[in-house]
Amino acid sequence: MTIDSMRDRPPEGGLVQLLTPEGERVEHPDYPLDLSAEDVRGLYRDLVLVRAIDREAVALTRQGELGLWASLLGQEAAQIGSGRALTAQDMVFPTYREHGVAYCRGVDPLKLLGMFRGVNHAGWDPAEHGFHLYTIVIGSQTLHAAGYAMGIQRDGLLGTPNAGAAIAYFGDGATSQGDVNEAFVFASVFNAPVVFFCQNNQWAISEPLERQSRIPLYRRAQGFGFPGVRVDGNDVFACLAVTRRALENARTGQGPTLVEAYTYRMGAHTTTDDPTRYRLRTDEEAWKLKDPIERVRAYLRRSGLADDAFLASVEAEGKDIAADLRTRCRALPDPRPEAIFENVYAAPHALMTEEQEAFAAYLASFEEEVA
Amino acid sequence: MTTLTLGRALNEGMRRAMEDDPKVLVMGEDVGRLGGVFRVTDGLQKDFGEERVIDTPLAESGIVGTAIGLALRGYRPVCEIQFDGFVFPAADQIITQLAKMHLRSLGAVKLPVVVRIPCGGGIGAVEHHSESPEAYFAHTAGLRVVACSNAADAYTMIRRAIASPDPVIFFEPKRRYWDKAEVSTDVALSDLPDLHAAQVVQPGDDVTVLAYGPSVKTCLEAAAAAAAEGRSLEVIDLRSLNPLDVDTVEASVARTGRCVVVHEAPVFAGFGAELAARITERCFYRLEAPVLRVGGFSTPYPPSRLEDHYLPDLDRVLDAVDRTFAW
Repeated sequence: MTIDSMRDRPPEGGLVQLLTPEGERVEHPDYPLDLSAEDVRGLYRDLVLVRAIDREAVALTRQGELGLWASLLGQEAAQIGSGRALTAQDMVFPTYREHGVAYCRGVDPLKLLGMFRGVNHAGWDPAEHGFHLYTIVIGSQTLHAAGYAMGIQRDGLLGTPNAGAAIAYFGDGATSQGDVNEAFVFASVFNAPVVFFCQNNQWAISEPLERQSRIPLYRRAQGFGFPGVRVDGNDVFACLAVTRRALENARTGQGPTLVEAYTYRMGAHTTTDDPTRYRLRTDEEAWKLKDPIERVRAYLRRSGLADDAFLASVEAEGKDIAADLRTRCRALPDPRPEAIFENVYAAPHALMTEEQEAFAAYLASFEEEVA
Repeated sequence: MTTLTLGRALNEGMRRAMEDDPKVLVMGEDVGRLGGVFRVTDGLQKDFGEERVIDTPLAESGIVGTAIGLALRGYRPVCEIQFDGFVFPAADQIITQLAKMHLRSLGAVKLPVVVRIPCGGGIGAVEHHSESPEAYFAHTAGLRVVACSNAADAYTMIRRAIASPDPVIFFEPKRRYWDKAEVSTDVALSDLPDLHAAQVVQPGDDVTVLAYGPSVKTCLEAAAAAAAEGRSLEVIDLRSLNPLDVDTVEASVARTGRCVVVHEAPVFAGFGAELAARITERCFYRLEAPVLRVGGFSTPYPPSRLEDHYLPDLDRVLDAVDRTFAW
């Protein structure tokens, strides 16, 4: 093979898909998936509820209750499918858009809203949920996942029932970051139990995938020496099956996998973004036909696994959760001013004490004037 | 007491920490089989194995980023950045991730990561091997920043740093790695001196000279030369830049009324500026002269044939001392 013959080769490989956009269940020889009726209904409920949470957060931002929100609209299947593949021993390293995975890990969505409201910078206990803090600087968390996986190796648990794996979430834009490539190297040479779960939603704010890569992203893995697979990111079944396999490989000492979940960011990058400036409405319409929730609903109806009453009850539950979230979000108290100085260091720190005391005295001086 | 070089004292300190706590890891480029380019980790991989003394891929952001992940899993990584000028690829992981994670988790996450950085010039090295980047890190809330100056402190400070629940940026004066001193190696961790306490290493009455890392020895030599001329310098080894032991500094300057700050880093917006400002606030009416700073010029570090002109030496310290009296 010569350099010239490599150029402009068409992309290889297909998309792993177990549920078509029309809601037809299809098999894939490498990814058998046996789901009970209850499992399917559960996945459907998850998808609907996280969309309801997300929609409410967007509304709260429009109403001034949140400073910003990064909507997951369109990526529900990628997040619920991969999130439901996790066990309690696994550790998630998310970006700032993994609201569906957070939901799967039992993180109260109010905590996500608190961060975007400006109450704190995150504020959940990663160990309690197996869900690390949202990471805003693009790609940094992939190294944390690789390092955490190196820790799992050193704990000597791989191959045992208590083995966990790390899973790093990131987007197509992040694959251009040095940290992501370094994480691939570390994970590869140490054969660390980590799954790199890339949600390729086609857009890094306004920049299309073509600005990040000339080859399909899953094929990057080959160059680093571990498997890469592309899955239909709008197919919750396929995302579940593929992630489950990748995690199991990691937990049994077979090293990292790159999963490229091929999806689409139906909303804006964040609530401050305006996609009409850089992409066509027709593209959005085309992807709307591949909606991750509609196809499960069609499958449920087609297969008789759920009736209208079930579907209606899930819709109602979504409305209730959103209403409850709205109430609790508005009731979130502003943090105390002293919180600025708290938890900067784990052990006492003279400068923090000095500045906190001076600030408290300064604030108190106003109270005295009023009195 | 044992006579050890500064580099060996660091080695013994890490060894002791690894013996005391199986979660302590050493990681970096060439730290394993080679024992580090300065041999500071010599023999550790042989004794503790490849799982605990990790030769990493050649990627500084990767070293610190994976160290964070290991710390999240309960380990206490000690990272070696091979040279000062190589820390910048890791700056994002240090400043944006390592320094802030405890706060972002509202205290739930602790990151006991040590980042060791050989720093400073004076070894005739090529570009990027002689820098003093301490001010960048001292400016970053969430990090503790310390600098050892001698073998005895190197041993105690590295043990204290590894035991810290907070991330510590640990500067090592590379041109002093081979300097020897008496070191007590049979001290329990709890009996070691406070990591963040400054030390008066040469008592004196006329001028307070503040230094840390490689400059401390220079200042002690300056104090000896000044003593021969009848002038008494009090030399304080700050040891810790963040937090800063301002009380020890204030007690000295309030008595002497004069202060000279010495560091290898450029003077402009350097750590000496912070010292000068704080001393001025605390000792304004007791100062006989402004706080003077002696340091590297506000230029990139020069080629090594010029570094003797760039680095503060005995004469430049004494010149500044003279100027405080001429005010």
